[in-house]
Amino acid sequence: MRAEDDRKALDDERKRWEDSTLRPALESLPERRKEFLTTSSRPVKRLYTPLDRSGKTDAERLGKPGEFPFTRGIHPTMYRGRLWTMRMFAGYGSAEDTNKRFKYLIAHGETGLSVAFDMPTLYGYDTDEPEAKGEFGTCGVAVSSLEDMKILFSGIDVGGVSTSMTINSPASVIWAMYLAAAESRGVPLVGLRGTIQNDILKEYQAQKEWIYPPEPSMRLVVDTFEYGSRHVPEWNTISISGYHIREAGATAGQELAFTLANGMEYIRWGIDRGLKVDDFAPRLSFFFNAHNDLFEEIAKYRAARRIWAREMRDTFGAKKPRSWLLRFHSQTAGVSLTAQQPEINIVRTTIQGLAAVLGGTQSLHTNAYDEAFQVPNEAAARIALRTQQILAHESGVANTIDPLGGSYFLEALTDELEEEADRYFDRIQELGGVIPAIRKGFFQQEIANSAYRYQREVEDKERVIVGVNDFVVDEQPELEPLRVTEASFKAQVERLRKLRRSRDAKKHAVALDRLRKGCESDDNTMPLILDAVRAKATLGEICDVMRAVFGIWEEPLLY
Amino acid sequence: MVPIAKKIRVLIAKPGLDGHDRGAKVVARALRDAGMEVIYTGLRQTPEDIVEAAIQEDVDAIGLSCLSGAHMTLFPEVVKLLKKRKSGDIVVAAGGIIPEDDVPKLKKAGIQVVFGPGTPLRDIVAFFETAGKGA
Repeated sequence: MRAEDDRKALDDERKRWEDSTLRPALESLPERRKEFLTTSSRPVKRLYTPLDRSGKTDAERLGKPGEFPFTRGIHPTMYRGRLWTMRMFAGYGSAEDTNKRFKYLIAHGETGLSVAFDMPTLYGYDTDEPEAKGEFGTCGVAVSSLEDMKILFSGIDVGGVSTSMTINSPASVIWAMYLAAAESRGVPLVGLRGTIQNDILKEYQAQKEWIYPPEPSMRLVVDTFEYGSRHVPEWNTISISGYHIREAGATAGQELAFTLANGMEYIRWGIDRGLKVDDFAPRLSFFFNAHNDLFEEIAKYRAARRIWAREMRDTFGAKKPRSWLLRFHSQTAGVSLTAQQPEINIVRTTIQGLAAVLGGTQSLHTNAYDEAFQVPNEAAARIALRTQQILAHESGVANTIDPLGGSYFLEALTDELEEEADRYFDRIQELGGVIPAIRKGFFQQEIANSAYRYQREVEDKERVIVGVNDFVVDEQPELEPLRVTEASFKAQVERLRKLRRSRDAKKHAVALDRLRKGCESDDNTMPLILDAVRAKATLGEICDVMRAVFGIWEEPLLY
Repeated sequence: MVPIAKKIRVLIAKPGLDGHDRGAKVVARALRDAGMEVIYTGLRQTPEDIVEAAIQEDVDAIGLSCLSGAHMTLFPEVVKLLKKRKSGDIVVAAGGIIPEDDVPKLKKAGIQVVFGPGTPLRDIVAFFETAGKGA
């Protein structure tokens, strides 16, 4: 009865405040809006109090840092022990161009590498294939062969640095190239650290860089789980990504729900393969967006950790606490960057980066202010990195763990987001699971609806975007352009031709034939892909073998 | 009898490998809401695919979207092929991540208008309304 009495007293106190203090204030000065909404159109109340807390106790909802359910963070010391990894997503032009950018970023204090690949690479085409026309190096680096991969990391300590690679449909091939490049330098695979994104489900839902249909694609993903847990145990074989779901238009709640639903789908596929959940779950990592709405974003990360811990322990029966941890990378919201007055993007990125840090991220990419126009130039990329360094070393937010924990507002938002995700899990279940829901276009339509609603809110000025629909100036931004050179393209094409001419043709043919047979059987494809890469098969050749065996995905058309 | 106005027909297309379809879909929906007939091609269309679809569907205008940086190769190719197929009267508009320097070059190549990030939907709708009536 005690709790109920307390609640009643709190409620009486709220009513008293509303009558005596709030009402006269509202009469003399009405509020600016009838309804206040988050970036995701979630209504926000005037004031949050202990009355907004769910029935559960703090011990159940929050726990302590480094303990179940990890709402406050996955480490007992968080950033007091070690700062997040400052990992800047970079890539353009040839392997030489991007190698130079990596070295520049390392020289300026970044602490992890992150590779952006160009469109042909993302779709499993070599630079000189007709499908790649016009796309070489424009939004990432072109990697068509082991030779390119070796150049990309030349002079960089691959045994010491952790490397993240944003690659999905051809993830196992690109990973094999990285492993073979390390091997050729005598670096043992067992100690290699890094991440391949390898999250095909969100490709069908949002990012759209798919090649094969869902089932063979999932098989390839599980092949990497299995191979990684045996041979490259420090490697994150997947980064389950909400980032692109959000960029495509989803709300924070949808980003959270769809990402975790995908995460659980990978767990099911791993278990169905016969893997023990505690053998592969610790190498699953996550990737979330850091958007404008500070509190909603922080709540999203906290809810994500809590849901994942609960599902892993209670639904999937994981025993190792390490399997319960949701470790995540975050990136500020590219979609929030404006082409108008681009320098103000630095401020947006700062707020977004702050959200990620207050939400307990393990690594962070901060966008450069010129990205509404181009792949960032050097100076813009450096400012973006400096933004993180200021957050880490000047703002004071890294001094204590989960500094906003216990905020009535933040805790209520965290609970709300968790409930929203649970409702989505039920809907996905009703649709037959993640893959049937993809086939029905469920995620795609939900995301498109949210994107359209958001744009309408901007059009109707229900939402102010500084520099776009308010506080507008009439001036052309001046930016230092970054261009991929014709010389880079020619050098890349020449290297590919030379590779094809000089390799051992028989060895190459045998390796691709064995890969084809492996794809047709149930064998793990990773060792076969590695052999093909060592035999100097190109990315396009390997993916052609798979395209022939697995077929090509065709997405439901909707908007 | 009030004559039924012919609906303006627009093809929204994604040339090349770029998978960023948020903008294209939002524009498609805005045009549909404004009463136009919209055909969305889906992803990974070659300039040939796009021109073929535009002629088959008898559209008044095409909206091309590309955020991957391949616009200088792909957009002018669409205009060139339209002319080759004697369909140069189909208006071509474009949008995406397009550096300022490229805009005059695209216009010279026959792209009527380039809508940069942050363009209000009403401006895009107004453009296609005019383009449709002119055709």
